Amino acid sequence: MIRRAVVTGLGVVAPGGTGTPAFWDLLTAGRTATRPISLFPASGFRSRIAAECDFDPLDHGLGAADVDRMDRYAQFAAVAADEAWRQADLCAPDPWRIGVCMGSAVGGTTVLERDYAITSAEGRRWLVDPSRASRFLHRALSPSALAAEVAERVGAQGPVRGVSTGCTAGLDAVGHGARLVEDGRADVVVAGAAESPISPITVACFDAIRATSARNEEPATAARPFDRDRDGFVLGEGAAVLVLEESDHARRRGARALAEVGGFATRSNAHHMTGLTTDGVELAEAACRALESARRSAADVDYVNAHGSGTRQNDRHETAALKRAMGRHAHEVPVSSIKSMVGHSLGAIGAIELVACVLAMVHGVVPPTANLRTPDPECDLDYVPGTARERHLRTVLSLGSGFGGFQSAVVLTDPARS
Amino acid sequence: MSRAAVVTGSGVVAPTGIGVDAFWSAAVDGRSALRPSVRFDSDPYGVALVGEVADFEAADWVEPRIAVQTDRFTHFALAAASMALRDAGLDPATVPPFGIGVMTASYSGGVEFGQREIERLWRDGPTHVGPYQSIAWFYAAGSGQISIGHGLRGPSGVLVADEAGGLDVVAAAVDELRRGALAMLVGGAEAPFSPFALCCQRGHGLLSASAEPTAAYLPHTDAAAGFVPAEGGAMLVVEREDVARRHGRRGLAVVAGHGATFTGTDLVRSAEGLCRAARAALAEAGARPEDVDVVFLDALADRRGDDAEARALRELLGVRAGRVPVTAPKTGYGRCYAGAAPLDVVAAVLAIDRGVVPPTPNVDRHRPELDLVTRRAREVDVRTALVLARGLTGGNSALVLRRPEPARQE
Repeated sequence: MIRRAVVTGLGVVAPGGTGTPAFWDLLTAGRTATRPISLFPASGFRSRIAAECDFDPLDHGLGAADVDRMDRYAQFAAVAADEAWRQADLCAPDPWRIGVCMGSAVGGTTVLERDYAITSAEGRRWLVDPSRASRFLHRALSPSALAAEVAERVGAQGPVRGVSTGCTAGLDAVGHGARLVEDGRADVVVAGAAESPISPITVACFDAIRATSARNEEPATAARPFDRDRDGFVLGEGAAVLVLEESDHARRRGARALAEVGGFATRSNAHHMTGLTTDGVELAEAACRALESARRSAADVDYVNAHGSGTRQNDRHETAALKRAMGRHAHEVPVSSIKSMVGHSLGAIGAIELVACVLAMVHGVVPPTANLRTPDPECDLDYVPGTARERHLRTVLSLGSGFGGFQSAVVLTDPARS
Repeated sequence: MSRAAVVTGSGVVAPTGIGVDAFWSAAVDGRSALRPSVRFDSDPYGVALVGEVADFEAADWVEPRIAVQTDRFTHFALAAASMALRDAGLDPATVPPFGIGVMTASYSGGVEFGQREIERLWRDGPTHVGPYQSIAWFYAAGSGQISIGHGLRGPSGVLVADEAGGLDVVAAAVDELRRGALAMLVGGAEAPFSPFALCCQRGHGLLSASAEPTAAYLPHTDAAAGFVPAEGGAMLVVEREDVARRHGRRGLAVVAGHGATFTGTDLVRSAEGLCRAARAALAEAGARPEDVDVVFLDALADRRGDDAEARALRELLGVRAGRVPVTAPKTGYGRCYAGAAPLDVVAAVLAIDRGVVPPTPNVDRHRPELDLVTRRAREVDVRTALVLARGLTGGNSALVLRRPEPARQE
């Protein structure tokens, strides 16, 4: 029997709003959530803008003890998991058959940096003072704590793992989660990703390589994927969770399958830790293999959710990859980047984008690329500038590309057709 | 056509030796390498001894240009990957472009590089952070650099699930072989020693404070008082058996089955979790508990954790529990987080290949319910090996390795 993973629950914490209704409202309106950084004093940094979540964990069912124990990214994940789990509405599932697969690129950086500053007297002690460290600091060292928090929350006792492939971690976590279902290792997998990278060290990292936008005077329109005047990505934060379920398991209990995770593939460019090839061969290969495992052809694709980070290098690389993977169809299919609105939340964004893709399929609406006013002549596809578009979507391709050379693709399909 | 996954080579960077041969002979001899750190005074962090790779020279393994962009954990991963490819006799240039990928398990990332850069930020200001922090600190540095270094463009990934992730990643690599990859480089390496990283580890409360090398890491004894943290790890080449055979590469062991469960931080509950993981792994391997010839223990050296592991084995093996040899070579070099299980997998592969079970160094008077191999290595005809690993946040994983069937006449 072929086992398939369908989506039966969605949850999201994103800049601009907590919960899928607020998130979808932002995307379809084409509004942007990018603004001056308020989470720490950012004067002295090259890039001083970000897409931040207005988030109070106590408003969303977390207690004081949870807040003490969890870093901000884990709090986002817990809230997104709660929303997805409520929607899936499973009745007494076997805990040993529930798995978790959660992605993050930089993990517990917020707590690590806070405690580093305290224990090192702001960088003056190499031999940091352990007596000043918080009780839960050990849970910040590895993003394994993220999957564990989600597992404890939903009562999962099956396979629980984290994925940390940098900026493709969100796609990869959902892809690996779907495989746990397909391979019979679990019947239900809570899959997703979370990130809270808006802290001095991460902002400084991207400053150092000029990857982020320095359009500090125009924060609302700073993220401009595929636009001639783009100058890098805008850092974001957030989390998204999808409940994946074996299709017969969902059908038997009468659960609505919102989409099927039809295919997933990842390839490495083996080229450069941050640089991309101009031809996009590896990203195209990932897209083709993901389509193949979803039993779809390039011509079936109704929408491409682009990585679309808004760096010159990425946008051209991705455009080349789409042409290579899809031929003429690349010019006919709508391609958009929601990073223009919610920023680039590193490991989280792939999962946030997959939630956007499922919502796009459910509502029959393609979210736009905001801030795209003057197209880059090198980028000549239909990037859905400015305004959302109605379209019936049966096959959606979501792409990701990240540091380390990782290139990933997930294909979502209409479960009714499978 | 056989689609079994076989291990055809491995590379090791361990406190007891660099390279498979040095590691194995130290393991068989039961040598110990637990010492005070030469990098910094670890006493303020409640740790007197560590397992450090004393004689590792990055320049022997990593191009100077790459060495300055990377942390020590990536140096280890690069060295182990090169050794594994050479050990297997596999030249990636001879494989189709997307045929080989790399997957690593990670726990702490590039902590020493990271602490130097974050110190510059906080002491000197944001413009003093260097351009390589973004690629040296994150958990994916090992997989990324290995893929670039060897031109591996196949499916790649990075798993984080503490020590258990070191087994999960081997299973994930085998899953990629089932989905079309021809060979995978898989494993993990850690270098978790900077003052701040050790300050973080202190919080889990499982580190041994002992300053006596022969008494610091004694799992499954009444003197168990935590584990000695270590650096190092291993990479393995796993291939489709038919591909390996066609190219004349010998499969040393079959990666036959995997199981994983989660029971949270209450170690008492890990008994049921480990037992279920082991049962799932044996079922996937098409093996029965009676088939298990040796068990490589997780060996946490925490009273509740050891009790739970012993209980899991009693439940799994029944009356045979006291008769199946079990071992924990890691008591000789410490527990290197996501690198620990890959080292155990290498030891299990060699135990199958050479018919020898290495001992558990320093452990003498262990509790009687398990047949712990102590003092000297034991000759055992190992056809099926079970490797166990538990993660600090609550994962329990099991991997089953089996001796390959002899090649059929064709």
